[in-house]
Amino acid sequence: MLEIKDLHAKIDDKEILRGINLTVKPGEVHAIMGPNGSGKSTLSSVLAGSEVFDVSEGSASFYGKDLLDMPAEDRAREGLFYSFQYPVEIPGVSMVNFMRTAVNEHRKYNELKPYTASEFLKLMREKKKLVEIDSNLTNRSVNEGFSGGEKKKNEIFQMAMLQPKVAILDETDSGLDIDALRIVANGVNKLKSENNATIVITHYQRLLDHIVPDFVHVLYKGRIVMSAGKELAHELEEKGYDWIKKQFED
Amino acid sequence: MSITGTDIKIEQKYISLFAEQEEILNKSVSGHIAAQRAEAIQQFEAKGIPTKKVENYKYTNMVPLFEEEYGYDFEHEVFKQDLSEVFNCNVHELEATTIYLINGWYYRKNEITTSLPEGVLIGSLAEHSKSHPEIFEKHYNQYAKNDEDSLVALNTAYAQDGFFIYIPKGVVIEKPIQIVNIMHSQKDLMAFPRNLVVIEENAQAKILFCEHTLADQKYLLSGVTEAFVDKNAVFDIYNIQNQHNLTTNVSSFFVKQKQHSSILTHNLTLHTGVTRNNIYVDMDDEHCESHVYGLFISDKNQHVDNFSFIDHAKPNCYSEELFKGVLDDAATATFAGKIMVRPDAQKTNAFQRNDNLLLTDTAKMNTKPMLEIYADDVKCSHGATVGQLDEKAMFYLRSRGISKEESRILLMYAFAYEAVEKIRVEAVREQIRELVENVFRGELNKCNSCVLCNQDGTEGNSCM
Repeated sequence: MLEIKDLHAKIDDKEILRGINLTVKPGEVHAIMGPNGSGKSTLSSVLAGSEVFDVSEGSASFYGKDLLDMPAEDRAREGLFYSFQYPVEIPGVSMVNFMRTAVNEHRKYNELKPYTASEFLKLMREKKKLVEIDSNLTNRSVNEGFSGGEKKKNEIFQMAMLQPKVAILDETDSGLDIDALRIVANGVNKLKSENNATIVITHYQRLLDHIVPDFVHVLYKGRIVMSAGKELAHELEEKGYDWIKKQFED
Repeated sequence: MSITGTDIKIEQKYISLFAEQEEILNKSVSGHIAAQRAEAIQQFEAKGIPTKKVENYKYTNMVPLFEEEYGYDFEHEVFKQDLSEVFNCNVHELEATTIYLINGWYYRKNEITTSLPEGVLIGSLAEHSKSHPEIFEKHYNQYAKNDEDSLVALNTAYAQDGFFIYIPKGVVIEKPIQIVNIMHSQKDLMAFPRNLVVIEENAQAKILFCEHTLADQKYLLSGVTEAFVDKNAVFDIYNIQNQHNLTTNVSSFFVKQKQHSSILTHNLTLHTGVTRNNIYVDMDDEHCESHVYGLFISDKNQHVDNFSFIDHAKPNCYSEELFKGVLDDAATATFAGKIMVRPDAQKTNAFQRNDNLLLTDTAKMNTKPMLEIYADDVKCSHGATVGQLDEKAMFYLRSRGISKEESRILLMYAFAYEAVEKIRVEAVREQIRELVENVFRGELNKCNSCVLCNQDGTEGNSCM
């Protein structure tokens, strides 16, 4: 469903991604780990359509379509979801208005009729329950004054509402306490099916205890230098990244 | 080389016209109103039309606007047509007492259907100046600063009619009073509407003042509204300006407050050619509270200039000021706000802010927040910002499948939201929320519809 080939990206002439290859199939969970500054967040924002980075080489296709050719909104409508490491606060835009606009733009793109107000509210109620998000949060402006944990839960709630085919979770575990981590991971697991896939970007093993990956990739200096099963995450937790750094020092 | 123009100063045109028309101007009003003219025209002559050399008009040169040729409507007895033939406003959702003005004249066929409490007067300034001279002698031309602004003096010289509202002691008018002024003529036209509001002790009223243009003539509108708000009284005025691009609208508002009174002014400039709003608040007693707000949304080559002067003359008063602007295309705007804290005005709380959103590189904003403090035990703040749409927020919205255009609209609305939420009459707030969203969507019928009705234009009354 998602095929990334030799992807290079740079910002201000500084090359951050230096040839990423990754294939994701429906039903799979991929974990991307790596030390700080290895390009994990860059990879996810490039895939999501951030205009901050320039893609200089390579390709990414999503169900056969050229992902890199689409504006961010079309990538989302095609079924790509990007959970932000730092969700943005938008005072003045209510969660309800935001989500209704997003969901209905997805439906329009897929030639479906927009939800009526009551259909939409019903959907929202269901999904709120699913991800255990506090009811009051959706009455407020987007992420405004949300705690770190609330913001991350809100990302998962949006994911539930938009039902993506591929979800990229960018350090969703950062800043979460143990309970919030469990709730967020449970949400992700509930949304998992054989038709969708998840890419989890994380520093630590602890999230992967809850969201169990099929593959673990290590990103270092803009390349995937190692790929293995979930046991690799445990190994990294034990040994740290130094041995990888040594092995792949340029 | 060719010589253009004449040696006659532009001011002379208005002075001669005044001399020629004075008798006609005086026909409809009381002797008291007529008696104010002579001094006013002298004040106008002494100062002249403001150019950019006048500090308070630094970014708006009024001269070219007054140089244009306009007709006048000084003998407007009755509106020739039935208003309902050209303009039909069924104020839905908003329950209000609605009256109309045409070119600043009180529309004689106004029907105030709702029964008003005893003693309440709503109607024509000219007529009431004759029937209630005692109120006019006490309040008319007492608060307008003719000596400070020559355009205010010009209005006093030419004033004939406008709305008059009097709320006696202890009377609370729950429903907003909606006043719709429509500019309508077959020729280019200037008008000098003059309004007076008197709210007595413990009384309350809210005014929604909508200014529109019907028919695509060029208009010069230079209006003055004076308000006296007595002890413990509460008064709100929401001024919605929704006119076409050939309109110059100078709107001056003067309010005098007494102890424990609370006022709110809100200038919502949604569409005009050139707008100048003057807001003067005189807190002449202790424990007054004033809220001065504005929201302007401009595009093309519109120009909006907001000027305010908040006078903390006495101790223990509170003022809060917020102006927000969204400028697109090559629109330009100015904010100049002065807060004056007089020597004995201790325990003053005064807050002022002006935030602006520029959507293009060609839009331009000049902002000048000013604080002048002569007391030593006060809490004051002022500030201004000029910025662009937040790229991070844009990306966040787009990453959820919301188009670039829709994201822009959401963020513009989010920016304006704070100013809209300051409206303290819920029904009005709801209407204006919708209206502002329509403006951002480019769906507002900008010419001949009443903003609160969303009525479509009719043939012959086209939009600019």
